Amino acid sequence: MVTQAPERPVAAAAPPPPRRRRGLPALWPYLLVIPTVAGTAYLLFYPLIRSVIISFQHFRTGELIRGGAAFVGLENYHEALGSAEFWAVVRRTLAWTGINVVLIMVISTLIALMVARLGKRLRLAVLLGLVLTWATPVLAATTIFQWLFQSKLGVVNWLLTSVGLTRFDGYTWFADGTATFAIMVLLVVWQSVPFAALTLYAGLTTIPQELFEAARIDGATAWQVFRDVTFPMLRPLFGLITSLEIIWVFKCFAQIWAISQGGPDGATTTLPVYAYQVAQSLHKYDLGSAISTLTVLILLVVLVPHLRRMYKHEGADR
Amino acid sequence: MIKRLPITLAALSVLVVSVFPVYWMVVTAFKPTRDIQADTPQFLPLHPTLEHFQTAVNAEGFVLFWRNSLLVSLGAVLLSLVVALLAAFAVARMRWRGRKAFILMVFIAQMAPWEALLIPMFIIARDTGMLDKLSMLTLIYFMSTLPFTIVTLRGFLAAIPEELEEAAQMDGAGRAAAFRKVVLPLLAPGLMSTSLFGFITAWNEFAFANALIIKNQDDRTLPVWLSSFSNVFGTDWGATMAAATLFMLPVLLIFLILQRRVTSGIIAGAVKG
Repeated sequence: MVTQAPERPVAAAAPPPPRRRRGLPALWPYLLVIPTVAGTAYLLFYPLIRSVIISFQHFRTGELIRGGAAFVGLENYHEALGSAEFWAVVRRTLAWTGINVVLIMVISTLIALMVARLGKRLRLAVLLGLVLTWATPVLAATTIFQWLFQSKLGVVNWLLTSVGLTRFDGYTWFADGTATFAIMVLLVVWQSVPFAALTLYAGLTTIPQELFEAARIDGATAWQVFRDVTFPMLRPLFGLITSLEIIWVFKCFAQIWAISQGGPDGATTTLPVYAYQVAQSLHKYDLGSAISTLTVLILLVVLVPHLRRMYKHEGADR
Repeated sequence: MIKRLPITLAALSVLVVSVFPVYWMVVTAFKPTRDIQADTPQFLPLHPTLEHFQTAVNAEGFVLFWRNSLLVSLGAVLLSLVVALLAAFAVARMRWRGRKAFILMVFIAQMAPWEALLIPMFIIARDTGMLDKLSMLTLIYFMSTLPFTIVTLRGFLAAIPEELEEAAQMDGAGRAAAFRKVVLPLLAPGLMSTSLFGFITAWNEFAFANALIIKNQDDRTLPVWLSSFSNVFGTDWGATMAAATLFMLPVLLIFLILQRRVTSGIIAGAVKG
């Protein structure tokens, strides 16, 4: 949800070869999973369903207090899909996701390849640096970035001014839409690169060295080695990390809300932020829910291949 | 040497970019206000002081919010550990109809779009009188760490040979006793690292804490409090950075404890791909 570390799916270990146990009551496994099923039903599926139901109702402040919301069919979806603002937010969300994920993947790949070539001491230092970044809580990071980019005392403005870019003397980053968007991208990339880079580096170390040597003996350039050896070997890993990053960047909320609440002038309003704004600031819980549902649907398009791969993996073990 | 220069420079710049923000937070927290406001930034804390930490700790509610964050995170982790252990055992050690469907459910839950649940959670909490309650946050954090905990514990369980349990059972121990005496001690490191990860997730969570604790400001958690630092500290950046440092401290300690495990976990995950 927030820290990226805990939510990374750990590789599903193979279940043991199932075997029949003597005298095992058939009811036990079901009793053991009841709490999980109950929790998931009430705290996950019920709110999800409730959200979908509300998106088909007229649900504003009055209904929140008194209850008795009436069904209005697709009205909320019509309102959402018919507004130019919604489509602007969709375009911004796609741009936001695209820019971030491309930057994250390119930078992490370069870092992973670089780390593999470093000497022992420097490699350890870089890896520890990445872990430190990874460990930084989102809200600590948002606070730090606001301090780095502070207009008068911020170290970034000082740096830019002292290399001759005097227009940044006292520049207020968070008053400008594009500048705020850029800082958000910087923040999310900074926070996301460690996981991707560390995972890719770990993947790199599993490729047999002989493959690289053979390619080099054949006179392959560095780019050819990457294209014909490294990338094909790590293709599943690249696929997995890319889809995970797409999901995390797409639904990123805390960073944006804590720094700009979607502003200035909506320049950093992505779909999750927009849905929340519509619901909590305008008290249009119905329209907010419709936007949430649409957000999930768009995300699902990305999610399905990933889910299928993980499930297939699971099936192969049996 | 000359040939190594570009890559060394690249490595050093990666190091600087990843470490500097956190370094700057800590250094700012230790610098006297006069140095923070100097025209030329001072990159070393030449006159270290603890005054900002005093300001942060003495700030209205800081201790209370620390306690809230701790209670919510610990509660969520303990709950999730117990529930996940049961489920992981059923999945890793037993064969039953519906097992695959259950695993699929856990995977779906793991990728649930939590941010999309802000609105219905708010409404459900309001309807059931759970708004402004730390117990509601505890339940939500429990649920958001549960799938991850199940998947990880199941992995750890699967790595423990079943023969060990069977041997204990042969020796006359019951299934539960065999589990408690043989499996649980072997599982302890797994339980430890999993729960610490869960703790970090709960400790850092912002969106739900921000959406569900509205009227009763005493029930806020640290991240939400920190997000409103300009209301608390104004332009006192020293105190703000001291507060951020104190917020990050437990997470950093956990990462240090887990360092070895984090790295090997990454490698295990990568191999499996």
